[in-house]
Amino acid sequence: MRPFEYHRAGSVADATTHAASGAARFIAGGTNLLDLMKLDIERPERLIDISRLPLDAIEENEDGGLRIGALVSNADLAADLRVRRDHGVLSRALLSGASGQLRNKATTAGNLLQRTRCYYFYNPALPCNKREPGSGCSAIGGRNRIHAILGGSAQCIATHPSDMAVAMMALSAEVEVMSAGGEGRRLPLAELYRLPGDTPHIETVLNPGDLITAVLLPAPLKGRHIYRKVRDRASYAFALVSVAAVIKMDGATIGAARLAFGGLAPMPWRDRAVEDVLIGQSPSSALWNKAADRLLAEAKGYGENDFKSVLVRKTLASVLSDASVREI
Amino acid sequence: MDVSLKMDEPVAESLLDTTNQNIVSQPVDRVEGPLKVSGTARYSAEYKFPGLLHGVLVSAPMGKGRILKIDAGSIEKLPGIVTVITDYDTFLRNPAQGQDEEAPEQGVRDVSYFGQPVALVVGESFEAARHGAQRIALDMRPDEGRFDFAARKHMAEPKKRSRKAQGDLDAALAAAHATIDAIWTTPSQTSAAMEPHAGIAVWEDNKLTLYGSYQMLASDRLQLADALGLKPEQVRIVARYVGGGFGGKLGISAESVAAAVAAMRLNRPVRVVMTRQQVTEATVRRSNTEQRIRLGADAEGRLTAVAHETITANLDRSSFSEPASASTQFLYGGQARLFLNSIVRMDQLLSASMRAPGEAVGMLALECAMDELAETLGMDPVALRLRNIPARHPMDGLPFSSRSLAECLEIGARDFGWSDRDPRPAQRREGDWWIGVGMAAAARSNMLIKSSARVMLAPDGTAVVETDLTDIGTGSYTILAQITAELLGLPVSSVEVRLGDTDFPPSSGSGGSFGAASAGSSVYLACESLRQEIAEKLGIAPKDLVLTEGMARHGNVSRPLHEILSGPLTAIGTIEPGEMEEKFVQAGFGAHFCEVGVNAHSGEVRVRRMESTFAAGRILNEKTATSQCLGGMVFGIGAALTEDLMHDPRNGAIVNHDLAEYHVPVNADIPALKVRFLEERDEKANPLFAKGIGELGISGAGAAVANAIYNACGVRVRDYPITLDKLIEKLPPA
Ligand SMILES: Cc1cc2nc3c(=O)[nH]c(=O)nc-3n(C[C@H](O)[C@H](O)[C@H](O)COP(=O)(O)OP(=O)(O)OC[C@H]3O[C@@H](n4cnc5c(N)ncnc54)[C@H](O)[C@@H]3O)c2cc1C
Ligand code: SF4
Repeated sequence: MRPFEYHRAGSVADATTHAASGAARFIAGGTNLLDLMKLDIERPERLIDISRLPLDAIEENEDGGLRIGALVSNADLAADLRVRRDHGVLSRALLSGASGQLRNKATTAGNLLQRTRCYYFYNPALPCNKREPGSGCSAIGGRNRIHAILGGSAQCIATHPSDMAVAMMALSAEVEVMSAGGEGRRLPLAELYRLPGDTPHIETVLNPGDLITAVLLPAPLKGRHIYRKVRDRASYAFALVSVAAVIKMDGATIGAARLAFGGLAPMPWRDRAVEDVLIGQSPSSALWNKAADRLLAEAKGYGENDFKSVLVRKTLASVLSDASVREI
Repeated sequence: MDVSLKMDEPVAESLLDTTNQNIVSQPVDRVEGPLKVSGTARYSAEYKFPGLLHGVLVSAPMGKGRILKIDAGSIEKLPGIVTVITDYDTFLRNPAQGQDEEAPEQGVRDVSYFGQPVALVVGESFEAARHGAQRIALDMRPDEGRFDFAARKHMAEPKKRSRKAQGDLDAALAAAHATIDAIWTTPSQTSAAMEPHAGIAVWEDNKLTLYGSYQMLASDRLQLADALGLKPEQVRIVARYVGGGFGGKLGISAESVAAAVAAMRLNRPVRVVMTRQQVTEATVRRSNTEQRIRLGADAEGRLTAVAHETITANLDRSSFSEPASASTQFLYGGQARLFLNSIVRMDQLLSASMRAPGEAVGMLALECAMDELAETLGMDPVALRLRNIPARHPMDGLPFSSRSLAECLEIGARDFGWSDRDPRPAQRREGDWWIGVGMAAAARSNMLIKSSARVMLAPDGTAVVETDLTDIGTGSYTILAQITAELLGLPVSSVEVRLGDTDFPPSSGSGGSFGAASAGSSVYLACESLRQEIAEKLGIAPKDLVLTEGMARHGNVSRPLHEILSGPLTAIGTIEPGEMEEKFVQAGFGAHFCEVGVNAHSGEVRVRRMESTFAAGRILNEKTATSQCLGGMVFGIGAALTEDLMHDPRNGAIVNHDLAEYHVPVNADIPALKVRFLEERDEKANPLFAKGIGELGISGAGAAVANAIYNACGVRVRDYPITLDKLIEKLPPA
């Protein structure tokens, strides 16, 4: 581990000013950042410890939604009564991730910004454009069973590993950011992430010093909330494919549909065109297939991960049939 | 007194059947348990020494090449760096195989596999040393490597003396009523013991003490001395507690030699702990295998032909080849037979023994082939196995020392409710899940290895046992205390067992499931000798002596030990293998029954129930033996479903070199498993009448899972592990 300076932030403003210059990183739960530092993959010169900032509350907004402080732990968020009652898909996604110990430590913002689990990203001895821009992508032409079939580029096909973010994407969450200059802004979660393109090392639109202070959930979505995570073992494994779904039936047809996917792309994946396929239609396997066709229109497999197309098609069909049972 | 026994004859009677203390076989709690759960059991890397330095190995960042220069100057100025230790000749190219008496291949200038340790950075702190090891400038000339098994397997060379043949296989197959001819593949695996390879080397008065994490100290000491050019007397290894080995710590590996070289040069104690990545890349693996099995049977299901040919991989000059047909050779009959192992030379880390080398992956193939044969014949898989239990070893005609395979199959089937099974696949559905059941036999050779132990009995009714055996988490401390307590008539709490130190009498070490029986027998012999001495003092025949509750009794006379003994009595017992292993086939047997669910949409497989019945001679401690079997079954589930050490065929790197991506089963993958032991005694095995158990549980376990998957969803996957991507396109309509 490279030597680094350590600064414990006393306030949000203190945190952002200290992070604005040089190779600084915020540290929250540290469950991802510290691993990467030990492996010499993240190399911050300065750590700004934000873990004592007062950003750990979950508050109700006027619109009936929730404002989730950036430091709310994954465990607390999953257990919150309002989340469990009104945003079931989020609670379920959180509980499917990592392990009890990790969820106690992991924070909301840290979870959004955790880095990929691509094998090669984790091995400094091998080329990786995300870790070492311009060095090449080892996964393309290599071992890529866990890699992306959507949204990748010739430079990088890594997936975003978060479960929580997939559910938040389905819920149309927004992110609240404070800049080093003291300006606050809000942006949809979908706009936080950037696809790899030619710059896979740049993963978000955040500027140096930008601190995520909260995640905002809009008013509760009625309907069935399902988070289905498909993985190699029953727990403690990242998603090969995951589906977050909120489906509201309107009589015999689908009134409202929200869908987001994990394990498929460099960011939690939401494609409104897929939702549009469903709305106003009555449930049928043909419809589920049409939705999957839409989702996978531009899918590209790299060999070992080809199976993900079939897997997401079948998983989506089973989630949609479970979610579209007519309400009595 | 020193006593020894060579197993040339069966042992007529075991004292354990006559002493009546009711201590052996009982589920006694681990005697060292409280130390472990309170964190006070001291593992190798936890010893503290003034002036202790920290070493971190430098891993070669390529799979094949030559080191031109290691530039120590590139990191010397970093904070906390003490020095860089290079010794191109002495550092180990690869770990030693278990039981070797010489050093493994040394010399690291030429890199033979990705991650090969090439130097040691020594620092004042672990963090400083690790930083240096990551930053040091290595000037290397990359060479063309052999990394692609699939592309190279046609170059496999038959392993010397591995070929065993009998009868006319082709004719037997041609004449058979039913045949199976298929190829199973198993991936590389890593032992993934919780404690990484770790050691502290202390050099003092021309003597080296290694606090190391190894399984077989007597041979490890010879390897280490040879590697360093020292006399064995100059080397002591201490390994009081070992956090798992599973074969990965049978022989010495890079960290101990590097620590020793550094300690000798710097005259300070040096600690080297491998990272998880280094354990995965630079200790040992179980080789991937490709196994072709051919079976032929007549219309009644009697086997007429059995062939099991295996291709494995290894480094140049390393002769080990996973003996996948080990149990195929004696488990079932059939006149025409062929067994052969071939090795593909690869520039990948050493292949060596991992838990149940041979059976663990061989039975994944054989027991699935048997399942396929049963289906072809329209027979019940249990009945097919029962029909083919040979009277004697099918090739050399030797009798079995003891064998309760039929009982395990029958009782196991009954307890599991096997008769309820629908043999047709994809018939049972619960919600989103296809449900199926499968079974497999278990067999694992039993071994006895020369082993010595010293037992001291004090007049106050306490005893001390000393042997260099290690307890790698299996329960060695506990069973040796039980045997001593049983034979000397003491409570278990009055026996102190001291293990893991080459200053103690040399033992078999822990490996091959032979530790308990071998070291246990040496303790037995020492205790037997102490009993004789006490009987002599009392002027009675040893068989009339009853030792109980610290008293010696004969007839109706009872006297406390302190009245009989003027001082401590000491005996060293030594057991040696003899003709019994040449005259009898010795093995433990069992049967696994398993129920799985296969998700009809995703192909995810979850084990729902697994019940296994074993017979392995006398069970020395029902609790620790059960734990061994449970662990083996979990290993088997991992082998069937998740474990896959992935190589990159382009550069030889192991891509999933940590426990986040090398998937061993987690709690949620394991339902309540059931283990049952059948009563058995094996008087040809050793005086305890016990057989090895540590590796029996894994043997066949994964095949029961695979067969259950087929029964659940009708898909046969012969390429382990059976991950959902191999099932999903073949599943029946959801
Ligand atoms: C073995 C293992 C298994 C796991 N399995 C899963 C899983 O199945 N599913 C899953 O979703 N996750 C899984 N995780 C990942 C886990 O969820 C993340 O590590 C965790 O959420 C990160 O949160 P943290 O607070 O510890 O982040 P940190 O490690 O502290 O930070 C992560 C990144 O976020 C940045 N950051 C943190 N807070 C802020 C902020 N307020 N503003 C701006 N930047 C910030 C940091 O600078 C850093 O770059 C697993 C992790 C491990 C180690
Ligand atoms: S997929 Fe992305 S993270 Fe993985 S090796 Fe390629 S560039 Fe690196």
